[in-house]
Amino acid sequence: VSSEIESQGEPARVSVAVNGRQVTADVEPRLLLSDFLRHRIGLTGTHVGCEHGVCGACTVLIDGTAQRSCLVFALQVDGAEVRTVEGLAAPSGELHPVQRAFADEHGLQCGFCTPGFVMSAVALLEGDRQPGEDELLDVLSGHLCRCTGYRGIVRAVRLAQHRMAGQARTETES
Amino acid sequence: MTAGPYTGRAVPRVEDERLLRGEGQFVDDLVSAGAYEVAFLRSEQAHARIVRLDTSLAKAMPGVVAVLDGRDLADELEPMVFGIARIVPETISETGTVSSRVHPMPALPPERVTYVGQPLVMVIAHSRSQAEDALELIEVDWEPLPALVCPEEASVRTDVLVEPAWEDNVALRADVSTGDVDAAFAQAAVVVEETFRSHRYIGSPIETRGVLARFEPADRSLTVWASTQVPHQLRDFLSGALAMEPAAIRVAAPDVGGGFGVKGSIYPEDLLVPYAARHLRSAVKWTEDRSEHLAATTHGRDQVHRIALAADADGHLLAVRDRIIHNCGAFHTLGLVVPYNTIAHLLGPYRVPNAAISLRAVVTNTGVVAPYRGAGRPEAVFAMERAMDRLARKLGMDAVELRARNLIRPDEMPYATGLVYRDGFRQVYDSGDYPELLARARVLVDEGEARARETERRRVGIGYAAYVEGTGVGPFESAVLRIGADGVVRLATGASSQGQSHRTTLAQVVADAVGVSFESVEVVGGDTAAIGTGFGTIASRSLVVAGNAAAHAGRVLRGQILDLAAHLLEADPGDLDFVDGRITVRGTSRTLSLAEVAAALSPFHARRPPGIGSELRADSTNVPGPVTYAAGVHAAVVEVDTVTGVVHVRRFIVAHDCGRIVNPAVVEGQILGGVVQGIGGALYEELQYDEQGQLTTGSFLDYLLPTVSESPEVRIAHVDTPTRLNPLGVKGLGEGGAIGPPAAIANAVEDALRHLDVVVRRCPLTPDRVRGLIAAAAGEADRGEHPAPAATGGRAS
Repeated sequence: VSSEIESQGEPARVSVAVNGRQVTADVEPRLLLSDFLRHRIGLTGTHVGCEHGVCGACTVLIDGTAQRSCLVFALQVDGAEVRTVEGLAAPSGELHPVQRAFADEHGLQCGFCTPGFVMSAVALLEGDRQPGEDELLDVLSGHLCRCTGYRGIVRAVRLAQHRMAGQARTETES
Repeated sequence: MTAGPYTGRAVPRVEDERLLRGEGQFVDDLVSAGAYEVAFLRSEQAHARIVRLDTSLAKAMPGVVAVLDGRDLADELEPMVFGIARIVPETISETGTVSSRVHPMPALPPERVTYVGQPLVMVIAHSRSQAEDALELIEVDWEPLPALVCPEEASVRTDVLVEPAWEDNVALRADVSTGDVDAAFAQAAVVVEETFRSHRYIGSPIETRGVLARFEPADRSLTVWASTQVPHQLRDFLSGALAMEPAAIRVAAPDVGGGFGVKGSIYPEDLLVPYAARHLRSAVKWTEDRSEHLAATTHGRDQVHRIALAADADGHLLAVRDRIIHNCGAFHTLGLVVPYNTIAHLLGPYRVPNAAISLRAVVTNTGVVAPYRGAGRPEAVFAMERAMDRLARKLGMDAVELRARNLIRPDEMPYATGLVYRDGFRQVYDSGDYPELLARARVLVDEGEARARETERRRVGIGYAAYVEGTGVGPFESAVLRIGADGVVRLATGASSQGQSHRTTLAQVVADAVGVSFESVEVVGGDTAAIGTGFGTIASRSLVVAGNAAAHAGRVLRGQILDLAAHLLEADPGDLDFVDGRITVRGTSRTLSLAEVAAALSPFHARRPPGIGSELRADSTNVPGPVTYAAGVHAAVVEVDTVTGVVHVRRFIVAHDCGRIVNPAVVEGQILGGVVQGIGGALYEELQYDEQGQLTTGSFLDYLLPTVSESPEVRIAHVDTPTRLNPLGVKGLGEGGAIGPPAAIANAVEDALRHLDVVVRRCPLTPDRVRGLIAAAAGEADRGEHPAPAATGGRAS
């Protein structure tokens, strides 16, 4: 009995920037990043749908890359920058173009899977290159939605891509 | 009733912004100070006697607060029985006999487990990880008992009893008929008879179930937040089970991440978590994980039909005979609901003068089967629409032409089927244009374009499925509408939302009924503290039942506002116009905004009329009459790769009648979501048990939900026929999309393989299964038709 408990390991320190705010905490080695975000620092916008890396609802950005926070231990993000759905809107409160597009294209119903889709779309569209249709569908295929039938989601990401590209052009020209 | 300015418009959803910011409040997001957390030990056996259960080591683990099993609860909690299990409308006896046993379900079984995943021991600890650690130390000695998995086998075995209090495994018997079926078959020119199976799959919303309960010792009250579709039913159930006054219990469904029927049942955990909160005088929380969900949340479908159609030489249906076995799983909890839905929807949109339908619902050592999007209808449609295609083939007739000849015409409405619906009313289709639905679907299929792509290897198939759906079932739904001095019109309704956009669509309905702007209406659903009575969001009923309750309350509140405005404007209420939140004395410039009128409700308003309270309020309870019939024709265009067996759905067509549309974007979203779930059932999703009753598809690694890559182009046509059965003219919408796809896709695959003369008897049409069909047709009979691992009832196929 005791060996099993000891195998969980002593708490260790993790220091991570979450949405631009530095967080330091002592955590059990087995604590998942998803549980750390949700239950230790109260960022419940990241949702947990399967806890085995299939549904994609828990996707967050770790150093700019979309990853499933249920497949990452909190200790693994020590020194990293983590971005969650709560960190997308501008300081003014204005929604990120991806968030805005999901509302405009009826890209969500119950909203539970939505943060995961949104984070993956942000990672895809904030990069330098323009993803083609196949890449876009490939990325979205890493997520499960049970409400929408996906049409609104695809439309939303295309719309966000269009708007963000337009915005980037405007910024370049000015 | 004429539609106002908001009805029929794709008003943007008021729900979205919070959810997009990550500010949704789902049950697992809620924080209750000091809440304990729960983990369940679940049965690893399909059928076994508990010889020894030792929880002493678990109780000694760090952080563990309590460990409860069935022996602890035997004197505390009665086995669970739901009121609906007792209801068999007397009028059904006019068409035959229906009897249904009441089957009590222990929250935790004290002596015997009857399915894999059944909750057995509840561990309560300071954290979920501590509770899960303790589960590892619980010792159970089992005496395994023979497990019944196959429903056909369960229907005839009496030596093995899933419920030992019964003499057999049959939970429900129904034999209903209309006309003279034997005579019709005797004179038929053509008869087809075949066996079709609707396999077992699951709603599987992305948010699993969850319950948080907090007991307040100070006033002995209980607050329960649950991911449920039926908060009021849960409140009333807990009141009985825990012997507490309903007023001492508040149940709230906060944001709920999809339901699809599976959160419309009340579960052992829904009772156990509140019980534990009271027992420990604290707060207790449980969140289901996905493996628990696939094993222990209710499953859907699982029926076998032996169906026969009789027709004359021109293809006119003379009679339908169907013998159905329905698999209840381990407990028969909801009476007639799913089995009788199947009976009442079997004949579909067709003119069938004679029908005899018998059904046996049996218990087996598998997970509990209960409503899942369609709730008995997809099963009926799969049998009937597959049989229609077999009949067309036998007649040498085009499958669309056969359907067209048999569809009930608009001039035959209202049309009585000769059966009685589950609500006890005679079954009468109230409205609809079924031939137009079929014609519109056929245009969108674009058959010429589809067939032109056929090659030797890539076979093109087209399949149709037509259905009707009784929607807006009772018993009632409630609405309370109020306006106070702040000028906000607040609607509370018993119909909670799991993503259906009620806060938007019901606000549209209310805004139009009252005559105010959409922005001035707020909707609260799913909280027994906000409204005392309610029934819930199930069975494609909310817009019909709650929507009309809200509209009625809106008309009453409008009158009250006009009376108040008349006082302020010193005019007769009949001389006032009230449009979009502004009230004007007709033909004058004397006018007040809604805000100005509402301000008079303030106790300190100078012109406050005598005798008026601080708010205006209208209560409405809608007790609907017979259901109204939505309908649809679905069509699938598929391409079958005859080498790999892969079925590619190139496009899917939905011609649909949901009555008057309130919000077209929401309608489209509901249809698309339902269609993709139906495609999942047709091609990918199956809950499989092996012969020992072990669930072999217990995670998303082997239970496959469709992704965007499996979601085809969906073409939608509306042939909406507003009903006269309710003032809004609306019909239910939520389930229709999921009803047709398995039948339409199976028909399309059989059409694609017509050169091989295969018969598709079941789904999902996985590559393995399709290759099996092709191989069997090619004479490699030893592969059989079902090369997939032994599935639920696989041996009967």
